[in-house]
Amino acid sequence: MMRIEIVKRPQHSALFSALSPFIALFLTLIAGAILFAILGKNPIAALYSYFIEPLTEVWSVHELLVKAAPLILIAVGLSVCFLSNNWNIGAEGQLIAGGIAGSILPVMFPDFQGWYVLPIMLLLGMAGGMAYATIPALLKVRFSTNEILTSLMLVYVAQLFLDWLVRGAWRNPQGYNFPETVQFNSSAILPEIWSASGRAHWGFILALFAAVAVWFMLSRTLNGYEIKVLGRSARAGRFAGFSAGRLTFFAFLVSGALAGLAGIAEVSGAVGQLRTSISPGYGFTAIIVAFLGRLNPLGIVAAGLVLALSYLGGEAAQISLGISEKSARIFQGIILFFVLASDTLIYYRIRIVSRHSETALKGA
Amino acid sequence: MTMFEAILLTVATAATPLLIAALGELVVERSGVLNLGVEGMMVMGAVAGFAVAQTTGSAWLGMFAAILAGAAFSLLFGFLTLTLVTNQVATGLALTLLGLGASAMIGESFVGLPGVKMASLYIPGLSDLPYAGKFLFGQDPIFYISILLTIGVVWFLFKTRAGLTLRAVGDNHISAHALGVPVVRIRYLAVLFGGACAGLAGGQLSLVYVPQWVENMTAGRGWIALALVVFASWRPWRILAGAYLFGAVSIGQLHAQALGIGIPSQFMSSLPYLATIVVLVLISRNKRLTLMNTPASLGKPFVPDR
Repeated sequence: MMRIEIVKRPQHSALFSALSPFIALFLTLIAGAILFAILGKNPIAALYSYFIEPLTEVWSVHELLVKAAPLILIAVGLSVCFLSNNWNIGAEGQLIAGGIAGSILPVMFPDFQGWYVLPIMLLLGMAGGMAYATIPALLKVRFSTNEILTSLMLVYVAQLFLDWLVRGAWRNPQGYNFPETVQFNSSAILPEIWSASGRAHWGFILALFAAVAVWFMLSRTLNGYEIKVLGRSARAGRFAGFSAGRLTFFAFLVSGALAGLAGIAEVSGAVGQLRTSISPGYGFTAIIVAFLGRLNPLGIVAAGLVLALSYLGGEAAQISLGISEKSARIFQGIILFFVLASDTLIYYRIRIVSRHSETALKGA
Repeated sequence: MTMFEAILLTVATAATPLLIAALGELVVERSGVLNLGVEGMMVMGAVAGFAVAQTTGSAWLGMFAAILAGAAFSLLFGFLTLTLVTNQVATGLALTLLGLGASAMIGESFVGLPGVKMASLYIPGLSDLPYAGKFLFGQDPIFYISILLTIGVVWFLFKTRAGLTLRAVGDNHISAHALGVPVVRIRYLAVLFGGACAGLAGGQLSLVYVPQWVENMTAGRGWIALALVVFASWRPWRILAGAYLFGAVSIGQLHAQALGIGIPSQFMSSLPYLATIVVLVLISRNKRLTLMNTPASLGKPFVPDR
């Protein structure tokens, strides 16, 4: 009989620490090939249309950046949360809250126009996401209520609220009863980076800024050090005089602000109005992005592009091979599994032990 | 049948999946493992149950497939968290994300097809008794299974030696290991049981509650089940009470919507989620009680030293 046994390394392996995301991606590709073979598709052709085809045309690279922007923004914020042991999994709700708050100006005051509209919208979006993220943070600090469950429940509440808003109070009166708000006027639209070649908007640039800023904060400031110490050991952090409660607020506010920014950037840059659903689950996919990027903001930029590619690949595979685009969500789930499994290699040595060698060992 | 009895019946149908999934998770958490993948296992059970019942025409075969799907899916979680000692919170989230994605793809060809509804019990005479006849003797089989399961879990955890061992593993895995208890094996079995229960709960949704397949049809029930375990302070009887409380809230808001009391339906629909938050706050603000009841090793990694 075979058994898998793991032995703790005396020191964590720097080699596997760097390699683990690549091992995970490689294993995901193999699992994907097997999945496609089971579905009766040519695995090579399927993987090609999934991961190469979207990169062969300029417009589609633009689409990649459109999808990567919210993923990176949210995941960068989540890295602050996860590193400090605050499990905010309600980023999808904070994204919606940001999208709604940021849309107040263009929906309710469409005549209010000018260069200053967009900055105000972005700030309102961040404020909306922050305010919504304050709820689980407050409940955790004040009543030690589990933040995983509260932040997740608030996602459903936000989705229902958005649904009510665009069907009711904010519905476009000239919209033939479609559940949509008015189209934003041009001063409320986040501009494209290079509009001659495609749709990618400034949200991606904002995401890069956020990644660099949070990277700097985490690796070069006392605040970042505090986050890591408290995340690894709450007890050690307390002895150092760090306050876990204050940090919980900080982590939720940062991630809420970035998720809110992602929401308003998506609404204003990619959609141009509020609809019943403004995100295909970016808030949840960003959890995968955060882990694939090993909770490092710079790694998260790369990971965000990979996961954005999976969305596009799903669409491409549906068109060229007739594989359901929902296969993308399977890919995304599998990636996270392999990332977590590969991370084991960093701290543990894995041995496959057979009964036979075990008895031999005991005899010796 | 009176109006009251009709409401009671729908409350029971709404409460049953919560009860079953929460009971499974209770056993898992009592063994010291936190599996946040309940929603994923549940939705896999729902799609597997619907697909098999739709193909074979047998609701029972479907229910069996639902249990198997939930259990098989939980093994994935078990292998990662117990053998590879990955972070339990992250792995549970991964299980939920994968389950929602995989079920959406598997179920794509079943959207809109008529389902197979599991037949309710009918005992001539007894089921026709006034007031409580239908509630006691005329419900679907899964209702009775859920009640038996509650009794079974109480008996197992508090009246058997195996249950005592499981609780010991959850409270202090290092001592349990030192005493020669196979910690990892017991946890595997607990996780498997939790998966089977979540699968059964999913099957109830797609074969009893609404006999059809809709993407994401669990709609957060797996998460509410997780909240119920905390709400019940890890006691099976309180889970029964909590599940029926939540069943009543979700049915109550539906009736209020039907009556058209002027509150937008979306606000009513968000009541079960808001109620979950309120209940969690009320329970967790009593820190002493929570600390006393939480399995001490919950969520902590365990690597046996040899």
